[in-house]
Amino acid sequence: MSEQTLSHTTTTDAGSIPDTDVLEQMYRLMVTTTLADNRSTQEAKAGRLQAAFYPVRGMEAVCAALGAVLTPQDRLVSTYRNLGDALAKGVTLRSIMAELYGRIDGTSKGKGGPMHLHDTAVGFMATTGIVGSGLPIAVGLALANQLDGGGAATVVTFGDAATSIGAYHEAMNFAALWKLPIVFICQNNQWGEHTPIAEYAPSVELAKRASAYSMPAERVDGFDALATMHAIETAVERARRNDGPTFLECVTYRLTGHSGTADFSYVPRDELGAAMQRDPAPTFRSWLIDRGLTTAERIEALDREAEAYVLDAFQFAENSPLPHEDELFTDVFADDTWVRSVK
Amino acid sequence: MTTTERSTETAVMTSAAAMNSALDVAMAADDKIILLGEDIAEPTGGVFKVSKGLSTKYGVERVRSTPIAEQAIVGTAVGLALGGYRAVAEIMFFDFIAVCMDQVVNHAAKFRYMTGGATPTPITVRTVVGSSRFGAQHAQSLEAWFMHTPGINVVMPSSPADAKGLLAACLESEDPCLYIEHISLAYSKKEEVPTGHYSIPLGQANVLRPGRDVTLVTYGPQVPVVEQAAEELAAKGIEAEVIDLRTLVPLDFDTVLSSVERTRRAVIVHEATQFCGPGAEISSRIHEELFNELIAPVQRVGSDYSPVPFSSALSGYPTVAKIVSSVEELM
Ligand SMILES: Cc1ncc(C[n+]2csc(CCOP(=O)(O)OP(=O)(O)O)c2C)c(N)n1
Repeated sequence: MSEQTLSHTTTTDAGSIPDTDVLEQMYRLMVTTTLADNRSTQEAKAGRLQAAFYPVRGMEAVCAALGAVLTPQDRLVSTYRNLGDALAKGVTLRSIMAELYGRIDGTSKGKGGPMHLHDTAVGFMATTGIVGSGLPIAVGLALANQLDGGGAATVVTFGDAATSIGAYHEAMNFAALWKLPIVFICQNNQWGEHTPIAEYAPSVELAKRASAYSMPAERVDGFDALATMHAIETAVERARRNDGPTFLECVTYRLTGHSGTADFSYVPRDELGAAMQRDPAPTFRSWLIDRGLTTAERIEALDREAEAYVLDAFQFAENSPLPHEDELFTDVFADDTWVRSVK
Repeated sequence: MTTTERSTETAVMTSAAAMNSALDVAMAADDKIILLGEDIAEPTGGVFKVSKGLSTKYGVERVRSTPIAEQAIVGTAVGLALGGYRAVAEIMFFDFIAVCMDQVVNHAAKFRYMTGGATPTPITVRTVVGSSRFGAQHAQSLEAWFMHTPGINVVMPSSPADAKGLLAACLESEDPCLYIEHISLAYSKKEEVPTGHYSIPLGQANVLRPGRDVTLVTYGPQVPVVEQAAEELAAKGIEAEVIDLRTLVPLDFDTVLSSVERTRRAVIVHEATQFCGPGAEISSRIHEELFNELIAPVQRVGSDYSPVPFSSALSGYPTVAKIVSSVEELM
C-alpha cells in the first residue's frame, strides 16, 4: 500500500460522537450506496444497464460524512463518480437510477445520464464528466452565495487526479483571493483511472498544496467516517461564517475498477486486500455495535430498509418510460422553435 | 430594422461606448448582473475600455477584475448563473477562448440540455476579434466553432446601435450567448445610439440595402466591406441586396431565403476561414431550399486557409475587389 495510506484502525472516536439518529443516517447512506453501487455493476455486467457507470466503492464514509453535515441550503457540485454525493444531498435513488437507465423520470429526463445528475431543490447543483471542471463552477456558486450575504457553504468534490488539471489551480486561486465560502473536498481514492497517485503527483500529500494558496487544509482518513465528518463540519462552518475556503483531502482507496465493468487487475492485490479490510459500511457497522451505540437488531433493520429502498429504485427505473423522441429537440435553448427549423 | 423597444433619447457613440451603455443600463436595472474579466475595473476599465466607469458606479463586487485564468472566469460565470446571477465574462481576445473552451462548450452550452431543462446557464461571454496587428494568436474569427455547438447563441454586431441592442438582448436572454465584437468597429464608426434601454431580438437579420440582382449575406467586420462592394456594383448597374445577419445562432434563414428567392443569386462573405466556415452552412441551406430558383451556384468569399498573417503585405481577408468579382461571375 502506498506510503500515504493511514493507519489500519477502523473508525476512531475522533471528536464528539453524534446522536444515534445521525449515526444511523450515516450508516444507512453507506449501506444504500454500497448496495446500489454493487447492483449497478451487476446490471452493467449483465448488459441490462447500458451506461458508463462510476462506482463509489471505498468512498462511502466520505459521502456519509457529507450527508451528516450538509443542509439543503448548502450547495454541492460533484463529478461523474457521484452516487454517494447525490444520496448525501438528498437526491432520491429512484430519480438517480431512472437517469442511469435513460428514462423520463430520471433527474435529467434521461438526457444527461449518470455523469449529469442534479437536483437543485436539494442543493445538488451540478455534476460534470470533465475532470476538474466542477471547481470553477463551484467557485461561481460560492461567489453567488457571498454576494447574497453568505450563510451557506458551497462544497465541491473531485478525485485526486483532478488536482493535476489547470481548472483546479485556477479555482483554488480565485477562492483564496476572494475568500469564498467554499470547501474543496478531494476524494482521494489514490487512482486516476489506471495510474496510481505516486506516478502522477510529485507529492502525494495533496492537502499540502493548499498552503500555496494560503488556504487552511486538512488531510483526513477517509475511511474514518467520524474523523471525516468532523473535518467537513469545521470546514463547512468556516464557510457558513464567511471565513473563507478550506481544502480537505479525504484519503480512501478505490475498491473496484474505474468504471462499472472495467478490469482492475492492475491494482496490487495486497493494497486492495488491505483497503477491503476497511470497507466503510461494514467497518462502521462493527464500530457502532462494538461501541454499543446501536444494536445488531437495529443494524439488521437498517440493512433490510436499505435493501428494499434499492430494490424499489431499480424496479422504478426499469418501469419508467423512455423519453419521447421529441425530447431530442427540447432544452437545447429555452425556446425550441429555431432548433426545430434547423434539425 | 426590428427593435423591441427604442428609447427616444440618442447620442452619437462608438461601439465601445454603446456596449458600455448597454452594460450600464442593464446593471442599473438588475443588480444580479456581474461583470468578470481581466483588468475590467478602474482605473483600466477593460483593455478596450468597454467597462470604463462601471466599477466606480456599481462597485468592484459587481465589476470584478480577475486573475488571468480564463477557465475560472467562464466557470465562475456558469456557477454564478446556477446561483441566480447573470454574469458577463470578458475574454480579452477571441483566440484566448481556446483556453476556456471547456467551460463554454461543455458547460455553459450543455447544462440546460443535460439536465432536462433544470439548470440553464444564461451567461454572456464577450470577446473581441482583432485585426492582424497583434499577429496570428490575436486575430482569428472562430465563430464557426460555436455555431457547431448546440446550446449557445452566437452574436456579432456591425454598428454601434446594433452593438448596444444586441448586447442588451444577450443580457436578457435565457440562454448562454457568445458576443463577438470586432476591434475595427469598436472605435472608428460613430452613430446615433439610444441612450436608454434598447434591445434588438436575437435571430433577426437586418436588410441594409435592398437590391434585385444578387443577395450579399454577411455580418460583423465585413459589413462595411460588403456595403462598399455593393456601391461599386451599383455603379456597374448591378443592384445588390445586403443582409447583415447580426446573429449566427439563431440564424435568420427566413430573411436570407426570401431575399435569394427574389434575387436568385447569392454570395456569402465573412472574415472566418472560408473552408468549413459559416458560409458553407448558409450556402448549403440555400441550395437545398432554392435549387430550382437559382440562376447560378451560391458563392462564398471567406478568408484564405491560413493563420492570420502579421505582415500587411499578406492578407487572406475578403476584399471589395474579391466580392465584386465573385458577384460578376454570377451575372
Ligand atoms: C479532462 C478529462 N480528461 C480525461 C478524462 C477521462 N477520465 C475520466 S475519470 C479519469 C480519472 C480521474 O481520476 P480522479 O480525478 O482521481 O477521480 P476518480 O475517477 O478516481 O474518482 C479520467 C482520466 C475526463 N473525463 N476528463
